[in-house]
Amino acid sequence: MSRPTHRRPEYRKINKDLFVLTYGALVAQLCKDYEKDEDVNKYLDKMGYGIGTRLVEDFLARSCVGRCHSYSEITDIIAQVAFKMYLGITPSVTCNNSSRNEFSLILDKNPLVEFVEELPAGRSSLCYCNLLCGIIRGALEMVHLAADVTFLQDRLKGDSVTEIGITFLKKPEEKKYRRKK
Amino acid sequence: MRARSAGRSLGAGGRRMADAVLFEFLHTEMVAELWAHDPDPGPGVHREQRHTRVPTATCSASASCPPGCGALCVRKGQNMSLSVLEGMGFRVGQALGERLSRETLAYREELDILKFLCKDLWMAVFQKQMDSLRTNHQGTYVLQDNSFPLLIRMASGLQYLEEAPKFLAFTCGLLRGTLCTLGVKSLVTASVAALPACKFQVVIQKS
Repeated sequence: MSRPTHRRPEYRKINKDLFVLTYGALVAQLCKDYEKDEDVNKYLDKMGYGIGTRLVEDFLARSCVGRCHSYSEITDIIAQVAFKMYLGITPSVTCNNSSRNEFSLILDKNPLVEFVEELPAGRSSLCYCNLLCGIIRGALEMVHLAADVTFLQDRLKGDSVTEIGITFLKKPEEKKYRRKK
Repeated sequence: MRARSAGRSLGAGGRRMADAVLFEFLHTEMVAELWAHDPDPGPGVHREQRHTRVPTATCSASASCPPGCGALCVRKGQNMSLSVLEGMGFRVGQALGERLSRETLAYREELDILKFLCKDLWMAVFQKQMDSLRTNHQGTYVLQDNSFPLLIRMASGLQYLEEAPKFLAFTCGLLRGTLCTLGVKSLVTASVAALPACKFQVVIQKS
């Protein structure tokens, strides 16, 4: 007995809300567990990393992105394909240095903070969306790219925009081991 | 315009929409991390009867427990992390309950509210309906989902049966929270006999 399962628009919204609300509950719980903002930030980043390492497979399976040839291409894909696919937004990308390994994602809209007006009292250093940084970092690492990902600016902290900085790190030189016969 | 994607939803049994996947990943990570706070659950808990319950007493973080707390702390630890997950689900359920369309709040009959959970809430949250709803007409309801999305990726059958309750705690809270917003006080527990099927037991609390 299979009834046609159509998706009513409000279900779609509720489904999006589910992630945002769950994330909010998580941050609230972590604020209870950890007194220092740095600890909460670190924990969010760590959890994001765990998610990113698995999310990247889902992303690669859903999108048909080909091989990338530059950090700039990769950052564009993160902003225009991945963010669009999972969060429904398209941050704009800027390149911050001439060696073209430092980029910024400028988030005009941020669904994660839809229900957040301001940071909780006494939590002025909290990077509310730090999960995102961890996700990006974890995903990149799974495709063999090391990067530092942090929030450079945050609207919740009073900045005019929310900006995520991605710095691609040089791959360490691989040591060559000689085998003794 | 959506980016080209190879995996659009194929219907009830098909791949989840991309944005629905985020919640699943977050939930899995939460279970892994919040559980890791505490030591392994104690022995002697029967699989078929393992329920996630809201304990009446909560223990503060295990690190601050006095030495010699020992086995008591282990059990408390397990209850605590289940109740942490359940509590988070409760908060989210309350918020979701507020977002549901106005007409649902007009439901007065208890059974209609439970049917709403099985159809509309489950559809909104998991893109499927509950597979069966049974009641003794005396305030106890059993909601059965034969392929619960948060268990599907784990295994099928009896493998990982011990792990399953952790993946149900949040959803128990979700149900309890939504019911709370709809004016119904309840106690929700879950049990798993064989993955990915599970049952949620809702017992209405008369105040």
